[in-house]
Amino acid sequence: MIGLFDSSILGIENLSYVFPGEEKEKSIFQHVSLDVKPGEFVSIIGSSGSGKSTLFRLIAGLLEPTSGQIWINGQLSDKRLGKVGYMPQKDLLLPWRTVIDNVSLPLELTKENKKQKLTEIKEWLSRFGLSGYENAYPHELSGGMKQRVAFLRTMMTGKELLLLDEPFGALDSLTKRNMHSWLLELWGELQKTVLFITHDLEEAILLSDRIYLLPGRNKPFIQEVNVDLPRPRNSELIYQSEFIGMRKELEWLIRDER
Amino acid sequence: MMKGKVKKWASDYGLFLLVILALLSIWEWVVEKGFIPSFILPSPTAIWKSLVENEQILLQVHLPATLEEVLIGFFLSIIGGVFLGVAMHFSRILEKILYPFLVISQTIPLIAISPIFIMWFGYSIWSKIAVTILTAFFPIVVSTYDGLKAGGNEYQELLLTMGANRFHIFKKVQIPMALPNFLSGLKMSVVYCVVGATIGEWLGASEGLGYFSRRMSGNLQADAVFAAIFLLSLLGIVLFLIISLLEKLLLKNKLR
Repeated sequence: MIGLFDSSILGIENLSYVFPGEEKEKSIFQHVSLDVKPGEFVSIIGSSGSGKSTLFRLIAGLLEPTSGQIWINGQLSDKRLGKVGYMPQKDLLLPWRTVIDNVSLPLELTKENKKQKLTEIKEWLSRFGLSGYENAYPHELSGGMKQRVAFLRTMMTGKELLLLDEPFGALDSLTKRNMHSWLLELWGELQKTVLFITHDLEEAILLSDRIYLLPGRNKPFIQEVNVDLPRPRNSELIYQSEFIGMRKELEWLIRDER
Repeated sequence: MMKGKVKKWASDYGLFLLVILALLSIWEWVVEKGFIPSFILPSPTAIWKSLVENEQILLQVHLPATLEEVLIGFFLSIIGGVFLGVAMHFSRILEKILYPFLVISQTIPLIAISPIFIMWFGYSIWSKIAVTILTAFFPIVVSTYDGLKAGGNEYQELLLTMGANRFHIFKKVQIPMALPNFLSGLKMSVVYCVVGATIGEWLGASEGLGYFSRRMSGNLQADAVFAAIFLLSLLGIVLFLIISLLEKLLLKNKLR
């Protein structure tokens, strides 16, 4: 087993999670294995109730697996809190903090010098299209901006692996489209590894290098799909025949799953 | 802009002022016509006259004395209440031990325990402050404790994934989230302080609005009693408004 995930930033082996209930225990998922290499953008798709968010909470260290192992940076990790950047479904911006104070929150928790990083944060804010909003409060921002602030805050944890749980799920389709273009443009310079939950197939294909389909009722195993579309990409890609072909294949796989 | 403000003010308080005015007029009329003898219910104008007559002693001796008891009692209640609330938040054992005592402390009839305080602390200011604290610290403990418990679980989890420890979470999530609750507690507490100080003074004091009103009731000077009550109520309202203002300033951006 040792050395299995040496080159992976995240390795998951035979992971099962059973929800501990008082009367009957509920199995959320069983025997999930996957790995993520540094610099990859990997999406996870699954029907609702397939335990996508639970998987993230396990990786982030908020839950302990019933069985199986989680490797981070090639090391078997028991204490995972603080090792990956986790962006939950809701933006969870602290309403009493301004944009810049929300973004620098992770720096306050480590002993990093916040003042030194301030110029870096300001630069990122402008690249995230948030300059001029440094001192705004979350309730003054649009949905898309809130997500960008939350995303930037996740990046500021300084962790290489970012877990993004449906970050664009609550946005309207136009805003979502803009966020895709923005993220694709930015992806080259981010130098991060992303594990991304979505139920939007188009989004998954457009953004990802690989896609995992979580086990469903009829297919008790995890499936993996490679997305061989060249980078850099832009959101026009969705009209090309290769893309449509991928989408058909994926839809077929999912339909088969039900 | 100005016009809009006046309009809003009028719609907020206009009805209340109208009713007050009507009540005062009826009151004045009833007493003036002799339906109720003035030693039982003095007319508003008689109360006002007594207020003006006793202005010097009321505003320079008795009001400051009561205010001092209220402020010291309030201050000590805040210190003690916050300390207990935080301690109970951090220790389940302390919570289990202290909570019943807190509730019991509020079931003791104040009038009954006040003579004991006078036995302990004499006629000094401390017997009055003790009664004040007994009435005022409870809302502070409860609001601090409940405020710190008030949810924010998702925020706490988020901070945990960033590697936060318990102290971080307390400082960056729980304290800000407890603030609205805590300030509500303060508002209640400051009003109770006035009640507590007055009761303390009734049972043994040499100055203060409570003492003054008791002495005047002994003299059957109902108008002076009402004048003191008017000032006490005004004191409570002003203190309440000060805390409300503080609340507005602090919570300006805390509520979505």
